[in-house]
Amino acid sequence: MDCCLSRIHSSPVNIRQQHHNTLTCVCLPLQFEAEYRRFALKKNGAGSFQEFYQLLQTIHRIPGVDVLLGYADIHGDLLPINNDDNFHKALSSANPLLRIIIQRRDEDEPVVFPTNSLQRRKKGLAGLRPSQQKNKPALLIGLPQDFRQISSIIDVDILPETHRRVRLHKHGTHKPLGFYIRDGVSVRVTPQGVEKVPGVFISRLVRGGLAESTGLLGVNDEILEVNGIDVAGKSLDQVTDMMVANSHNLIVTVKPANQRNNVVHRGSKASAGNGSAGSGGSALSHESAHSPASQTVSQCSNSNSVAEGDSDDDDTDLIIESDNLPSYTPHRSLANGNIHGNTPSSGVFGHRPLPQSVSLPSSSSLSDSKASLSSLTTPTHNGSPTKTSSSQESMREDGNFITL
Amino acid sequence: SGQKFLRPCALDELKHTLSFPFVQTVEHGFPNQPSALAYDPKLQLMAIGTKSGAIKVYGAPGVECTGLHKETATVTQLHFFPGQGRILSLLDDNTLHLWEIEQKEQCSHLEEVCSFMLPGRSGIESTSATRVTVLLPKLSCDLLAVGTEGGGVHFLELPSFTLLDRSIFQDEIMQSVPEEYKCGKSLGPVESLQEHPQHPDKILIGYSRGLVVLWDLQIFVVCVFLLQQLESLVWVRSGNSFVSSHSDGGYMVWPVSSSTPCTHEPVTSTIPYGPFPCKAVNKILWRTTESGAPLVLFSGGMPRASYGDRHCLTILQDSQHITLDFTSRVIDFFTIHCIDRDKEFDDPLALVVLLEEELVVIDLQTAGWPTIPSPYLAPLHSSAITCSYHISNVPTKLWDRVISAGQRQCHLQTHTNWPICGGKNLAPSPKQQELLLTGHEDGTVRFWDASGVSLRPLYKLSTANIFQTDCDHNDSLTQAGEEDWPPFRKVGCFDPYSDDPRLGIQKICLCKYSGKLLVAGTAGQVIVLYLCDEKSDHMIDVATVDLLQDREGFTWKGHDRLPPKSSSVPFAPGFQPVVLVQCMPPAAVTAVTLHAEWNLIAFGTSHGFGLFDYHRRLGFHSRCTLHPNDSLAMEGPLSRVKSLKKSLRQSFRRIRKSRVSGKKRVMVSSPSSKVQEANAQLAEQDAEVTPVQRRIEPRSADDSLSGVVRCLCFADTFLRDGTHHGPTMWAGTNSGCVYAYALDVPSQDKFSEQSVEALLGKEIQLMHRAPVVSIAVLDGRGNPLPEPYEVSRDLAKAPDMQGSHSVLIASEEQFKVFMLPRVSAKTKFKLTAHEGCRVRKVALVNFSSVASEDYSENGLVCLTNLGDIHVFSIPALRPQVRYDCIRKEDISGIASCVFTKTGQGFYLISPSEYERFSLSARVITKPLCQLDVDSFCTTVPHQANGTHKTQPTGESKSVGDAEGKSSVFKMQTAAK
Repeated sequence: MDCCLSRIHSSPVNIRQQHHNTLTCVCLPLQFEAEYRRFALKKNGAGSFQEFYQLLQTIHRIPGVDVLLGYADIHGDLLPINNDDNFHKALSSANPLLRIIIQRRDEDEPVVFPTNSLQRRKKGLAGLRPSQQKNKPALLIGLPQDFRQISSIIDVDILPETHRRVRLHKHGTHKPLGFYIRDGVSVRVTPQGVEKVPGVFISRLVRGGLAESTGLLGVNDEILEVNGIDVAGKSLDQVTDMMVANSHNLIVTVKPANQRNNVVHRGSKASAGNGSAGSGGSALSHESAHSPASQTVSQCSNSNSVAEGDSDDDDTDLIIESDNLPSYTPHRSLANGNIHGNTPSSGVFGHRPLPQSVSLPSSSSLSDSKASLSSLTTPTHNGSPTKTSSSQESMREDGNFITL
Repeated sequence: SGQKFLRPCALDELKHTLSFPFVQTVEHGFPNQPSALAYDPKLQLMAIGTKSGAIKVYGAPGVECTGLHKETATVTQLHFFPGQGRILSLLDDNTLHLWEIEQKEQCSHLEEVCSFMLPGRSGIESTSATRVTVLLPKLSCDLLAVGTEGGGVHFLELPSFTLLDRSIFQDEIMQSVPEEYKCGKSLGPVESLQEHPQHPDKILIGYSRGLVVLWDLQIFVVCVFLLQQLESLVWVRSGNSFVSSHSDGGYMVWPVSSSTPCTHEPVTSTIPYGPFPCKAVNKILWRTTESGAPLVLFSGGMPRASYGDRHCLTILQDSQHITLDFTSRVIDFFTIHCIDRDKEFDDPLALVVLLEEELVVIDLQTAGWPTIPSPYLAPLHSSAITCSYHISNVPTKLWDRVISAGQRQCHLQTHTNWPICGGKNLAPSPKQQELLLTGHEDGTVRFWDASGVSLRPLYKLSTANIFQTDCDHNDSLTQAGEEDWPPFRKVGCFDPYSDDPRLGIQKICLCKYSGKLLVAGTAGQVIVLYLCDEKSDHMIDVATVDLLQDREGFTWKGHDRLPPKSSSVPFAPGFQPVVLVQCMPPAAVTAVTLHAEWNLIAFGTSHGFGLFDYHRRLGFHSRCTLHPNDSLAMEGPLSRVKSLKKSLRQSFRRIRKSRVSGKKRVMVSSPSSKVQEANAQLAEQDAEVTPVQRRIEPRSADDSLSGVVRCLCFADTFLRDGTHHGPTMWAGTNSGCVYAYALDVPSQDKFSEQSVEALLGKEIQLMHRAPVVSIAVLDGRGNPLPEPYEVSRDLAKAPDMQGSHSVLIASEEQFKVFMLPRVSAKTKFKLTAHEGCRVRKVALVNFSSVASEDYSENGLVCLTNLGDIHVFSIPALRPQVRYDCIRKEDISGIASCVFTKTGQGFYLISPSEYERFSLSARVITKPLCQLDVDSFCTTVPHQANGTHKTQPTGESKSVGDAEGKSSVFKMQTAAK
C-alpha cells in the first residue's frame, strides 16, 4: 500500500498558468513514467466524467487502459475523480490550473490516494507552494472502499442527546470486540409515571479490546438498539445473537451510564471544531476526542458511515470456483475413453481438483465507489432504517431514562 | 431478474387463499407419566389421567378428546359416571373436578364444569383428615361417596355436589363395632368403597387397618374383621361374597350374609406366591365366567426377595396361571366384561392394563390370553427416540409391502377386535398415506402410520442384528436363567435399556418409490437397505470410508466402530441390508442423503463427508472438512464431560447462593450469626462478580466442531454452465462452508461398467460463518426440485429447466438464494440479525389452497431456537407469518421437530408423545368424533358468574376425623 503511494508522490508536480475561461489541466505520470500533458478545457462545456475520461485516454494515447483519476483540491488534498459530481467539483475548484493525476488501476495492489500528498495549505498562506511539500512526510488517504473502517459515533443529529449510536469496526485489527452484556432493569419516566422495564446492559469491557480502546462504550451502558433494531422485549440471548450476527458491522445504540460526556448541543462547536470536509452532521463527544482515536479518526468516520450505509452486501460470501471443472459432457457412454475414463475401478477416493483461483464477487465496482463518493459531498446520513428514527422519536417523547 | 419472482398477483392470491393458520391438532403416542385410569362400560370409553393434570379419553380408533386441568397437579383418580359422558377427577392437591364431554361441530371436547375441595380444619394447615382417599360414584349417578384419610365417608349429591347430611364418621363406626373388632384407637384411612352389585343401598367400606363394614345407607349390616393391612376390595358379581387383597401378598374371599353380622373367617385365604414374604397385592379383580372357574386378576404379590422388583400382574383361572411381567410399573387395570344385570356371569372379554410407559390389553376369551395390539397409545419411546423422518403421500405399493412385512413380525397377538370401541369416528379416511419413521437408541427404526389421528405401528426394523454386540449372549443367558415358576410372560415392548449406545440411529432417508432406505448411526455406520418380500440369509457387504483423508495430527479418541457379523445373517421379509458403509473415524453420522435413481448415497460426520455408489459398492469421493485447529472433533461424544462439569459447578454455586439468601431471612442477630452473615455476604458478592453475561464476539473460523457436516443434498441442476444441467451434490458444514460437486453419473445401462465421479465445482464460504442447516435447489420457477423418480415415472410435474436455477442455503442465521451456475447472491433474509433467534429446523413446504385444489405455493418453514415458527415465501424470502409453537426451554422438543411436505409437523412434548400441528388450512389431521351420551342426561346447571360457595351454617355436619368437629366442605363451582 505504502510503496505504491510513495512512488506516486515522488513524482514532480508542475504548475502552469491558465487561460481565461479555460482550464489548464496538467496530467501527472502514468505508471511512473514521466509523462505529462497539459491541455485546456472549457470550464462551462466540460461535459460528463465519461467524456473527460475518454479525453484523457486519447490525450495520453492509452485507450482501453483502466486508470484512476485524482486531482489536487485547494487544500492540497488529492481527491478522486470517478463520477460526474466530483468531476464538476474538481473543475470548479480549478484555481485555475487543475492538476490531474492518472494512475493505472492495478488489480493486485489497492489504490490509495495520499492525503496531504500535496500538503495541506497552511493557514494564512495564500496559494500553493508546491516546493514546500517535498520535505514533509505524507499521510495517505485511500479510496473510500479502501479506508480502514474504524469505530465511531454516528447519527448524532437524529438521536436524543442522552443516546449514543456507536459503530464498532474490528476491520483490520486483531483486537476482539471485547465486551459482555447482561440483563438488568431500566427505569424510564413516562407521563404515566416511573416504569421499570427489563433491559440489556454492557457488563464488562475486556482490557485491550476494541470496545475499551475506542472509549465509546462503557460498563452499565444500556443497549437500546442493535443495527437499528429495537432490543426491547428481547432476551439476553437474543440480543447476544443479534450482536454476533451483526458483528462485522456492529452498530449499537446505547444510553450511556455516564451522561456527562454527552454532546451538549448538537451541531454547535463540536461539529464546527471538527473541521472535516463534508461532515455529515457527525460529531464527536469529548470522550472520544480524548480517546486514542484522534482527529483523523473523525474525518474518516464520516466517509465510513456513508460508505456503509448503502453497501448492504458488506458480508459478501466467498465463492471459490474450481478451474478445472469441465463444462458439461454428455454421458460417458457416448464418449468412451474420455478424460475420466482411465480412473481405476477401486481406490478412487480423494480425487481432488487442480488448484483453484479465488475471486471475490464483483461488488467493489466503479459504480459503488461512485455512489459512495458522490454522497461524500452531499451531507447525507447513513441509511439507518426508518424504523429506527421513528422509534427514536417515540423514545424522545417518553421522556428521560434513568438507569439503575 | 429478481422482479420475476415476486409475481405480485400470485402474492396477492397467496395472501387471500393461504393464511397459514397454526393449529396444534392432536397428540400422538403414549401420555407421559400416566397416573390414573377409568373405564365407562356403557359408553365404552377409557380415560387416562396424567401427572401433569391432563385427562385423555379414548374410544374406538380415531375417537379421542383431551382436557387439561388449570392446576398442574397429578390426577390421582378418575371415575366415569357411566353413560353420562361425565368424568370425575381427583387431583393430588385434594381438589375434585367434574368434566363433561361436549359435542361441538363434529368434535368432542372435554370441558371442566366445576371443581371443589375439602378444606382443612380452620387454623391448622394441611391436615390430612379431609384428604380424599377414595371416591365411589354410585351406578345410579346421583350420589358420590367420598372416603377420607381421617376415616370419614361423606356423601355428595350429583351432579350438583351438594353435601348431604349423612356422613359416616369413625366414631360412629366404632360405636357399632363389637369390642373385639376394635384394634387401637383409629381405623385408619378409608381404603376402599364398593357398591353392592345387587343392592345399590349397600356400600362396602374398607379401612386401611383392616376393618371392613357393609353399610346400608340407613343401618350398618355386616362387619368383618381382617387381620392384615387392607389394600383393596372387590365384590363378587352375585353379591354373596367379596374379595379382599392385603399387604402380605394374599387375598381372601369373604361370605356376606345377613344372618351373621360379624365374620371372623374368610371362605378362602391364599398367598399365591408364598410362603416366603411377598409384596402387597395392590388391586384385585374377581370375574366369574360361564365356563367355570372365576378369573382372578391381581397386581403385585410377588415374592419379596426373588422377584420383588418385578412389575407383575397375575391372571389365575383354575390351573391356568400366568404372571404378566411388565417393564414398567402397573398404574391401574380393569376388565371389559358383561354389565347387563340380567346376566349371571361377568364373562370378561379383555383385560386392560395401564403401565407407566405403555398400555397392554390381554384377550381373555382366547386360550393362552394373548395380547391385542393397540390401535393407539403407541409406546413411541419403547426405546428412546433419537431421530424422526416423515414421508408424505406414500405410494400404495410401498405401503402394502411395509404393512405385510410388519404383520409377519407380530407374535403372540390375536386379531380380536379392539374391545374399547365407544364413539364414532367422523374423520374422513385420509386422502393419502403418511409414514413417520422414528429412529431409536437401540438401533431400531419404527414405521408408523401417521395418516390419521392415531399413530399406528406398522413395522419395526432392527439394525442390531448385523453387528456383533454383547446383547446376543445376554439374551440366551436370561432365557436359561429363568425358572419355570412363577410362570412369567414378558409382555409389552417398553425397553429403555439400550445394549450398546453405538447402535443408536442418527439419520434416516427413504426413497418411497424404490423402497431404498438409508439408515445411519452413532458409530459411523451407514446402512443401505431395500425392501424385500422374501426372507433371506446372506453376508453383509462392508465398505470402509476414510473421512480424515490422511490428515496429519488427528487421532480419534472416541468409541470403536461396531464390528459387523462375519457370518451370514438371516433376515425376515422387510428391509434387508444391501451394504454397510463404515465411516472412519467412527463418529456419529450427522447428515445423509439418498438418490435411488443414481444409486448414490452421501453421508457426513464431524470429520467430513463421503459419496458412495451402492450399486457398485464403491466409495468414489470423500472429503475431510476438519479445520486444522479443530481438536474437539476427535474427542468423541465423551468430551461433553468437560462442559457438564462446569455447568454442574455453576449450578452448585447457584444452589449455595439460594440457600444462603434463604437463610438470611430467619437469621437473628447474634455473635455467631454475624459471622454467618458476613460469610453470606461474601458468598453473594462472589456470585455477583459473575452475573449471567454473554460475550459478544464474532465467530471465528477455528471454532470447535466447525467441520461437522450438517446437510447434504443431491440435485439435477446447473453447476458447470447455464445450458447443461447434470447431477450435483451439495454439502454444508458447521462453519458456514458449502461444497458443490458436479457428478458424472453413467446412464442406467452402463452403471455396472463405469464408476461415478465427483468434481468439486464451487466452494462457498458464508461470510457470517453460521452453520449451514439446509440446502435446496430451486428450479426456473422457484419451485423445489422433485424427488428422484418423480419425473421419470410421471409422478410430478417436470421442473423448469429453462429458467435459471437457484440454490437456497439456510444457515442458522440467514437464508440466502444464489443464482446458478454463477452462485451470485440474489435474495437473503438475515433472521438472527433482525430477531435474535437462530434457525433450528427448516423445510420447503407446499401449501395447497383451501379454495382451489390446483393452486399451491411453496414456502420455507423455519423453527427457531425460541420455539417459534416462521413461514417465508420462496425464492423472495419474504416473511409471511410467525407463530409461537414450542416453549423455548423445551430444547428436546425443538430438536425433535419434523415438518411434512404439506405443512404439518410433529415434535415431542414428552419422551413418548408427539404433538402434531398444521400450518396449512387444507391439511389438518385432528380427531373428529361423536360420543353418544345418554339422552336423559342434561348438563349441570351452571352457576351464573363466578364462584359459588356453600356457607358454613349450623346445620352442616362436621367433617373430618373424630376430633375434627368444625370442618366444613367448601364447594367452589367454577362457572364455565
